[in-house]
Amino acid sequence: MLTLKPTSDFYNRALQEYDRVFSGDGAPRPFADLRLRGRDAFQALGIPTKKHEEWKYTDIRRALPGDVSFANQCELRITRDDVASHAIPGLDARTVVVVNGVFEPALSDLDDLGEIVITSLREAKVTHVALLQEHFGHYAEVNDSSFVALNSAFDLDGVFLYVPNGVIVEQPIRILHAIDLDKEAIVQSRHLFVFGKNSQARVIETHYARTGSANSFGNHVTEIVVGEDAVIDHYRVEDEGDNAAQVNTTQVYQQDRSVFSTTTFTFASGLVRNNVNVVVDGEHCESILNGLYIARGDQHVDNHTLVDHAKPGCTSSELYKGIIYDRATGVFNGKVLVRRAAQQTNAYQQSQGVVLSDDADHYSKPELEIYADDVKCSHGSTTGEIDPDALFYCRARGISFEDARSLLLYAFAHDVVRQVKLEPLRDWLNTRIDERLD
Amino acid sequence: MLTITNLHASVEDHKILKGLSLEVKRGETHAIMGPNGSGKSTLASVLAGKEDYEITEGTITFKGEDLTEMAPEERAREGLFLAFQYPIELPGVSTMQFLKTAVNSIRKHRGQGDMNVAEFLKLMREKADFVNLDHELMQRSVNEGFSGGEKKRAEIFQMAILDPQLAILDETDSGLDIDALRIVADGVNKMRSDERSFIIITHYQRLLNYVVPDFVHILLDGRIVKSGGPELALELEKKGYDWIKEESGEAIVA
Repeated sequence: MLTLKPTSDFYNRALQEYDRVFSGDGAPRPFADLRLRGRDAFQALGIPTKKHEEWKYTDIRRALPGDVSFANQCELRITRDDVASHAIPGLDARTVVVVNGVFEPALSDLDDLGEIVITSLREAKVTHVALLQEHFGHYAEVNDSSFVALNSAFDLDGVFLYVPNGVIVEQPIRILHAIDLDKEAIVQSRHLFVFGKNSQARVIETHYARTGSANSFGNHVTEIVVGEDAVIDHYRVEDEGDNAAQVNTTQVYQQDRSVFSTTTFTFASGLVRNNVNVVVDGEHCESILNGLYIARGDQHVDNHTLVDHAKPGCTSSELYKGIIYDRATGVFNGKVLVRRAAQQTNAYQQSQGVVLSDDADHYSKPELEIYADDVKCSHGSTTGEIDPDALFYCRARGISFEDARSLLLYAFAHDVVRQVKLEPLRDWLNTRIDERLD
Repeated sequence: MLTITNLHASVEDHKILKGLSLEVKRGETHAIMGPNGSGKSTLASVLAGKEDYEITEGTITFKGEDLTEMAPEERAREGLFLAFQYPIELPGVSTMQFLKTAVNSIRKHRGQGDMNVAEFLKLMREKADFVNLDHELMQRSVNEGFSGGEKKRAEIFQMAILDPQLAILDETDSGLDIDALRIVADGVNKMRSDERSFIIITHYQRLLNYVVPDFVHILLDGRIVKSGGPELALELEKKGYDWIKEESGEAIVA
């Protein structure tokens, strides 16, 4: 159980920690400019409260640790066997391992990369200077978010993934984010994925925590650049357990005619806030943002999305579904911005929540900000209980109340899962969903 | 098999059944006819165990046990089947998964093990042919995208699979064209036996030409006001419900 700590404690400690890290030993630090901008932005913005519209349903302060110690100072105990035990059955994926926010090449599959590049950001700053200069820190804006600012202020050494122009990556890339802590800590990671023109790839990011790990607060930022004509499928599975809180920002930038999909599955967790922001800065693009969250106990899951249609002729589609048990809370806030130049935009958004007890809450807030006049935008939002007629029909056939409820909830979740293109991944998700639904 | 004695039932404080009594023995087929609002659907729902209805007086025993004490799934496992007037669509719930779960719940109740997949598929195909239901529909979610007629045939298909001892057909004939009606009637007739009882609830007499009942009861204003043999249905068809209303005029005023 995460205990309440005063906000100002975290805020001041974070600033103090930054200053301590940057205390004048004169050593060169990569990304120093960005880090300073991050620090200044964090100082100016502070930690959001529920009075901020963007954080209306989520009191993030109660998830913040009192002691801002950085987890990557812990000893590495995750082994290759641990990694193997978390493989997705039947999925031949290339595994990349990040432990407590730090990329661990020794635990990752980095053989026979061919033309693709998987390396640490620090190394990439040396080996792929131009790419980093062009992209790194250009999309996740420190002045827009305290958490992007906080993330940018600290040690930035996550995964740099680069797929050059025209390369089709057959083997899915699986990034395993593991948390392994003895004591409460903040875990931050920062990644950059650059997909070249006409490239194709599938990336699956999974988050888990080692059993018995202490409370963690994760603050992660991933910038994803989807080049012209590229086709990229991205998945995120959050299953860290109720000791783990997380703010996860996925900032996507799409260029002409690209197709990008991202699906976020949230299973066992503490307080989670996902920000998925897709800037569609190309014509004739397609963007799919889907999510499924199954919240139990006192869990709190907040999915915020932003689709920014900047250019004409694009399609975006969002489907988020939540199943809320006990005293848990689910939030969906999806904003679609259609700029004046984005004529002929088709934007669809659907958010559905099922609440299974009197104390379960679900909030759904669609926002459409439309400045173009030749567009098709629709949104649907429903929150309710399981259809009693459907339940009765099942029971009238001899199916117990519990089995009937599971069948119907499974069917509810199915809409999101069936869009997952990799069959072994779908099967693995279905198993996990089955477990989570009673 | 089923004994209903002086049943009074209401929904949201509206009294619908006002002293209904009925006895159905093993192997018998009873038809219950009545005008709109007479309580036909309420009777079906109360027998199946729908929670919206409150029984204010009277008893229902099924195979000697108090039916009102049983949850809907228990009633189904004991061998009661309701063919819904408006079958529900269950998007995302596969027909096969749904029926396999149902069949195995009932088998478990009877002390039998789960049916294996091959056996079950064979059963599904057999019974689909029973009611001319396209095997392709079996691949779909329960009743999803089925036409009205297909939904009604699917109810009979489900009945054939679950093999009940008492089957209640709630206006199964409504909305069916003559061909579909014959297929449904055929399916029901194939299932008639000395071991199985039927209660056919209907507004029109047409179905009863094909599924000839042993007994016909006329339901009016929440009570059975007249009972007879199959000829009663024909008489009702000829004379209309007004005839019955006049006949039982005095009784209703009370």
